[in-house]
Amino acid sequence: MSAVIGDVVTAVLVLSAALMCLAAGVGLLRFPDVLSRLHAATKPQIFGLIAVTVDVAVNNFTLGTVTLSVAIVAFQALTAPMAAHLIARVAHDTDRFRPELLVVDELGRANRRGDRGA
Amino acid sequence: MGVVVIVAAVLFGAGGLCAVYRIIRGPSVLDRVIASDVLVATVICALGAEMAINRHVDTLPVLLVLALFAVLGSLAVGRFLGGKEHS
Amino acid sequence: MTTRAERRAALLNQLPLWLGLVLLWMLLWGSFSWLNLLTGALLAALVSVVFYLPAVQLSGRISPAGALAFLLRLFGDIVRASVQVAWLALRPLRRPAGPDSAIIAVPLRTRSDLILTWTAVATSIVPGSIVIDTDRVSSTLYLHVLNVRTHAQIDRFRVSVLATERRIVRAFGSREDLERLALGDAVAAVAAATGAVAGDARAASARNDDDRDRRNLDDTGKET
Repeated sequence: MSAVIGDVVTAVLVLSAALMCLAAGVGLLRFPDVLSRLHAATKPQIFGLIAVTVDVAVNNFTLGTVTLSVAIVAFQALTAPMAAHLIARVAHDTDRFRPELLVVDELGRANRRGDRGA
Repeated sequence: MGVVVIVAAVLFGAGGLCAVYRIIRGPSVLDRVIASDVLVATVICALGAEMAINRHVDTLPVLLVLALFAVLGSLAVGRFLGGKEHS
Repeated sequence: MTTRAERRAALLNQLPLWLGLVLLWMLLWGSFSWLNLLTGALLAALVSVVFYLPAVQLSGRISPAGALAFLLRLFGDIVRASVQVAWLALRPLRRPAGPDSAIIAVPLRTRSDLILTWTAVATSIVPGSIVIDTDRVSSTLYLHVLNVRTHAQIDRFRVSVLATERRIVRAFGSREDLERLALGDAVAAVAAATGAVAGDARAASARNDDDRDRRNLDDTGKET
């Protein structure tokens, strides 16, 4: 009985992770500019990764597995924003984005005013 | 379970292919970097899913290394492309 | 010249970070043995001497309940917003024409680098927003936000970032940061009271956190 429940949980978690990865890929194709593609690229996988590692950790509940899973999720969660931030800054600084997609651009405004305390 | 494996494989594969398409076509370097990040993340998720389905933990260290070093590519390209100097 | 007491305080400040490195080493090995503890301690000391970084000023205060509340809320946000971005990517309709994202400035109330960093990372791993740039002097985050079309939606997003900051300050912030929050609230309350005389309907609404954050925001807007 519990084996069946375990299988169902695994199936749901794996499928949602796969769906998130598909969403990331499709987002890459459909989103219009670099900045919005970054959103599709960096985020859904964190959820997918959490789902998969939770499943692995629960099915093999030893100290080593759980700590490794925590480390994996923590590193992915810390490094993904870093990369996204760097790419976003380069994209904005070198004007590789489409201003007509923005409702406001308060960073550009602040840069033009030259009042950034950098 | 067999159906789940097939569906998951198709979804992962389609996601990966979208990323590959963006790497090949991507109008700018940044698009390509983002897409290669997505490809790595998809590989990480797929490896994890394989572990979850086959009930083993052999590739967990691989996941850790990928999660740690996947970021280096984007960091390198980001630094290289520069942009305005930030002190 | 630094005195002996100052040096001891600096070492004590670095102790939690050093312990964190040791813990990380043991996490990576996946086992907690004495040998791991010893090698981890030596390596952590070596790494912090060889790869010297400017010292982070820790707040010296941590509230377990606040940290738990922050982490749970963060996890909930990740799940909710992952689904949201996934839906944006997979929805069958074409993207409606017109601008649908924004780059906004969010002035935070903290003056601590640590809280600024935490808030930046926390808002970044929640899908829907990416930190583009930060301004340390004025503690301002510049964010790219997806799927906003109106200024009302942008304001709502700003308020949610400020609420994240509030949760982080409650969890890890120093007393000074807590006082800053309280000061901001007090100023906002006065502003709201004067606003109420002028017939500001919002001032009469419930005094929950989000509402206070919103009024704080209005104040900072008026100052600049």
